[in-house]
Amino acid sequence: MKKKAVTEYRVPLFDRIFKPQTIRLPNGHTVQRPRSRMPLIGACLVAMVWLSIWLTGFDLGIIARRGHQFVVILSQIFSPDIFNIQEATFTKFGLEPGAVNLLSVFDGRWWEALWYTMSHSFAPKVFDPLWDTLRMSILGSFIGATLALPLAVAASTNINRNKATVSIIRLLLNILRTLPTLVIAKIFALIFGLGTFAGTLAILVFTLGVICKMMYESIETIDMGAFEAMESFGATKFQGFWSASMKQILPTYLSYSLYALEMNVRAASILGYVGAGGLGLLIDERIGWRDYNGLGTVLLMLFILVVSIESLSRFLRKKLS
Amino acid sequence: MSKTGNIDLPRPLSIEETYAQRPRRWWLYTLIVLIVTLLLTWSASGVNYNGVTVKGSEVARGIATGLTHPDWDLLLGRIKEDTSVTKILGITVSTEGVPYLLFQTIAIAFLGTLIGGILAIPFSFLASDRIMPKWIARIFSLVILLIRTIPSLVWALVWIRVTGPNAFCGVVTQSVCSIGMISKMYITAIEDLDVRILESLDAAGCTGFQKVRCGILPQIIPNYISTVIYRFDINMKDATTLGIVGAGGIGAPLIQCITSSRWSMVGAYLFGMVLLMLVIEWLSTRIRNRLTRG
Repeated sequence: MKKKAVTEYRVPLFDRIFKPQTIRLPNGHTVQRPRSRMPLIGACLVAMVWLSIWLTGFDLGIIARRGHQFVVILSQIFSPDIFNIQEATFTKFGLEPGAVNLLSVFDGRWWEALWYTMSHSFAPKVFDPLWDTLRMSILGSFIGATLALPLAVAASTNINRNKATVSIIRLLLNILRTLPTLVIAKIFALIFGLGTFAGTLAILVFTLGVICKMMYESIETIDMGAFEAMESFGATKFQGFWSASMKQILPTYLSYSLYALEMNVRAASILGYVGAGGLGLLIDERIGWRDYNGLGTVLLMLFILVVSIESLSRFLRKKLS
Repeated sequence: MSKTGNIDLPRPLSIEETYAQRPRRWWLYTLIVLIVTLLLTWSASGVNYNGVTVKGSEVARGIATGLTHPDWDLLLGRIKEDTSVTKILGITVSTEGVPYLLFQTIAIAFLGTLIGGILAIPFSFLASDRIMPKWIARIFSLVILLIRTIPSLVWALVWIRVTGPNAFCGVVTQSVCSIGMISKMYITAIEDLDVRILESLDAAGCTGFQKVRCGILPQIIPNYISTVIYRFDINMKDATTLGIVGAGGIGAPLIQCITSSRWSMVGAYLFGMVLLMLVIEWLSTRIRNRLTRG
């Protein structure tokens, strides 16, 4: 291999076009101050914004005219029907329908009224798809993370010295990551039929891409001393990696896997939109029927699930580091 | 603990003795394995494999042929008699072709990220408890958490009721969704600020504006730009997803073609999309690396 002895400093194109300003200091020296690149960057940004506005039909007038619609929908979403006491509840407790929507009108039986409202709201129908979402993300994350480790090792340049295989694996992984999960789920749903299996596969593929990328980047930063020592004893690459490097990357690997699980719960919740099981179908259906109170209930339960998974995983990750 | 470093140990342990005294938390490992196994069995019980559908093998074959024989007219945006066209900068382009749709996707992500990045600035200041009183910070952190948790697809479905199914809906949705993540990153940037610089600027006799210009902005801006570029990366991928519900971009035609089994068109869309994503990811990583290295 030829090496360049000294790399010359090349004046950037910008500075060759716009000559730097020469400033004469009080002590007689001259210094050169390159021209600011801000006007160029600003002009580019303005041009891009103008083009984007044209391409997307950006029109703030629509927001001004119809923005109140969004506020109406949002306010309905934020009063989910588990807390929204309906006419049926009032009738059941022998009260005038449309009485003041306060729990105090039920006297001592307010918890009964609340329970009645909750069990007649949309909430009981949410549980099954909610657990399906969790199941898909746990299974997909686990299998994806397990498959990702050997692939990541094969894709890291310090362990696999074969440049060709490394770049092929990396290119495949990059392609895998660029495909949107929803498109993958749609294709799997067509092949394997509607349901959670397609969703699990889509989550698996997504997890594989993400964890592999993060892992090979962190494998490349590990201390190779122990691995090289093992190799000089005559250990194979696998033995060397397993006993020397595994300990170093295990905490990172586990914490990435937990992080992926967090992301997957959120991702899995929309997969049902293309028929791959979980909450997505329910969300689509509620919006289609303009039942935004019901949508609020679905989102509230999803929110609780996501937040609890997130705090659990954050706790575990803190323990790991 | 490093505190015991100075105390002399009675006798250094030999390797064998140290190895024998290694922490053995077998009960912890057993517990973890047990819990993981339980979780996996519970999950696997709900996910059942029903075999390949009748159309399944046909679909798989279709995708394979589509990827090997993409529709070149579509991929290159050639204009035929029946394609709908529009004029931009005096050039006629086909609105069905891959190039136009990709540019539209980029435009959605670009505007969405830009507006989201600007909207996130007040949010991040309001939610950082170093600047605001604790209770205000708490409220705004909750709002940010809410924005992050509600899937972007839901935001898009709600905004469609306001703007109608078009690319503008995608822009508005992404502006809202981007606030969540960007302000979370901004808050960490604000909390990592080195305030001692402000004191030294004070000592040098700087005015308030000069302190912000020379003490705060140079610390924050590379971080901000890096975050926004990272979010642009995410939004690019998200814009395709949002297209599926009708919020503009390449997603809608892609899904339509998949449903109606026009595989050569699917191949063209996928090719264009993957190529664009790879280029954008490569570019954004390069720019962010340059920003962090200064």
